[in-house]
Amino acid sequence: MSEAPDAAGPATPVIEFRQVGLTYPGPPPVAALKPCDLAVAPGEYVTVIGPSGSGKSTFLNIAGLLDAPTTGHYLLDGIDTGTLPDADRTALRGRRIGFVFQSFHLLPHRSAAENVALAMLYTATRGRRAAAERHELARAALVRVGLGHRLDALPTRLSGGERQRVAIARALVGRPSLLLCDEPTGNLDTVTAESILALLDELHAQGLTVLLITHDPQVAARGRRTVAIRDGLLREEVVAA
Amino acid sequence: MRPTRRDRVVEPSRFPLRDLLSEALAGVLQRPARSTLTGLGTVLGVGTFVAILGLTATTSSQIDSRFSVLSATEVSVEDVGGTRPELVPLAFPADADARIQRLNGVEAAGVYWPVSQASGTVRSAPVGRQAGGEQVSVVAASAGVLAAAEPHLAQGRTFDGWHDSTARRVAVIGAALASRLGITTLDTQPAVFLDNRPFTVIGIVDDVKRKPDLLLSVLVPRGTAAQLWGEPERDRAKMIISTRIGAAQQIAAEAPLALDPAHPEYFKPVPPPDPRTLRSNVTSDLNQLFLLLAGICLVIGAVGIANTTLVAVLERTGEIGLRRALGARGRHITGQFLSESASLGLIGGLVGTSLGVLTVLGVALAREWTPVVDPATVAAAPVIGLLTGLLAGVYPAWRAARIQPAEALRR
Repeated sequence: MSEAPDAAGPATPVIEFRQVGLTYPGPPPVAALKPCDLAVAPGEYVTVIGPSGSGKSTFLNIAGLLDAPTTGHYLLDGIDTGTLPDADRTALRGRRIGFVFQSFHLLPHRSAAENVALAMLYTATRGRRAAAERHELARAALVRVGLGHRLDALPTRLSGGERQRVAIARALVGRPSLLLCDEPTGNLDTVTAESILALLDELHAQGLTVLLITHDPQVAARGRRTVAIRDGLLREEVVAA
Repeated sequence: MRPTRRDRVVEPSRFPLRDLLSEALAGVLQRPARSTLTGLGTVLGVGTFVAILGLTATTSSQIDSRFSVLSATEVSVEDVGGTRPELVPLAFPADADARIQRLNGVEAAGVYWPVSQASGTVRSAPVGRQAGGEQVSVVAASAGVLAAAEPHLAQGRTFDGWHDSTARRVAVIGAALASRLGITTLDTQPAVFLDNRPFTVIGIVDDVKRKPDLLLSVLVPRGTAAQLWGEPERDRAKMIISTRIGAAQQIAAEAPLALDPAHPEYFKPVPPPDPRTLRSNVTSDLNQLFLLLAGICLVIGAVGIANTTLVAVLERTGEIGLRRALGARGRHITGQFLSESASLGLIGGLVGTSLGVLTVLGVALAREWTPVVDPATVAAAPVIGLLTGLLAGVYPAWRAARIQPAEALRR
């Protein structure tokens, strides 16, 4: 089985769900995500909207390779993740997906640059200069999100918006195929949220594939395409902004 | 990129040792107050371990040196008189002191035996309150005995070879005996009466380094005793030799031949005990008890580290979830928490070792002892700390690796 991760042509989607579903074994069995199909092409900006308890988290966990579906096939960059051993799924998650969380998940005792460099800790190349290279890449990523002046600041000295920018820089630094954002503006005021969404727009414009999960219709409207999830059922929204 | 991995769809996650160690060290150093408190148990345990081993080594070597100063330089020679002792009442020649004195390594030597006088009592006055007398042993001693015993004189002097060879009627007595006999000063030239014969007291001894029983006796010159009471009867004569350090065994071997080349079998030399056997007896009982205490301290230290590490794992659930999302495998998480607790143990062990050595130095300095710490102890102690930390980290690290990333990130 020789699948080419970077095959020629636009045919290989970043995310491809083939009848993917997850049922928690009973009793009674709970269908957290009913079998569904979804394809996200490279460079797309897709938002997933749904109220709490709708199966958003389950969708995120499957898409982020944090949880395995009980039915169907999930292909990431054309790789069938269901057939992979656990170690490879972990590596794939680390190398191909950049996570942005609602609660940032920054390590409180490390500087902004150290937090960003952490993303390359488990996936970095060998060599004596690895640490220095990582620091340089982290600096570049922070400059890219507009935080070039706060490299050595601790998260506790950063504002909410700055913290989320650090988190986005951490997600970007490993050059992932997919930026997976879980309620990235949930903990931010509207002005700050707008600046973060503008940053995501900008990154998308640079060619990054973005999948954003939210309960907020206004945030969901920023995507070029929106998918709604309700009671574990995923369906395409007809109208997109 | 290795050929064998060519068929892999993705290069697996790695966590090189350098990064593992720097992450562990960062984990310890970024919470200095907590790390200090956590490591305290190991510090105490390892510190106690080193201090106890060091102090036992120091004190036992101290006990050894006391043995070597006093008894290891003392040889006694018993007069056994060969196969028919009744024919040889006194085997020591008259010039025994001088014969032994000529041996290399001898500092002083003298012959003594208990005198059996007819009355059995000693008086300090012929009539009056002290006329009843005291039951005191009288010892005939050559001048060398007093030199070998290294007496400290309260008053007067000891007798010498002249008193001995001319059979002077002089006596040296212990301070306690002097006060029992009512003798307070030598200015009045007091006398003691042995079998109604007056002996001028020329010296009062208040302490001796060897043969403390001499303090309770009246010492008279050997020549005087031999002239008045003859040669020893019931109790045979002995010789005491004080030697330089290390010479005792050799002197013991040479003494019989030096005393009487024709009949060395008349003498039975008694060399001092071997200091090495003494040392092992003294150290073993103390060591076991105290090492048990150090072990208890270490267990308490390990429980402390385990407890804090477990709390840290629960506190850092979000961090664990994040690391898993960034590509860390379960074993990487295990490795990180194990090396964090091992680093804590190692640092605690190093600090504990230093404190333990300082304690030994302090005690030795205060008591003016020679501090003795086995280098093996100093080398092993930090390793013990490391192992304690490693052991304490096993359960928390296992728990950390089992945390599901999806679960952890929901926080």
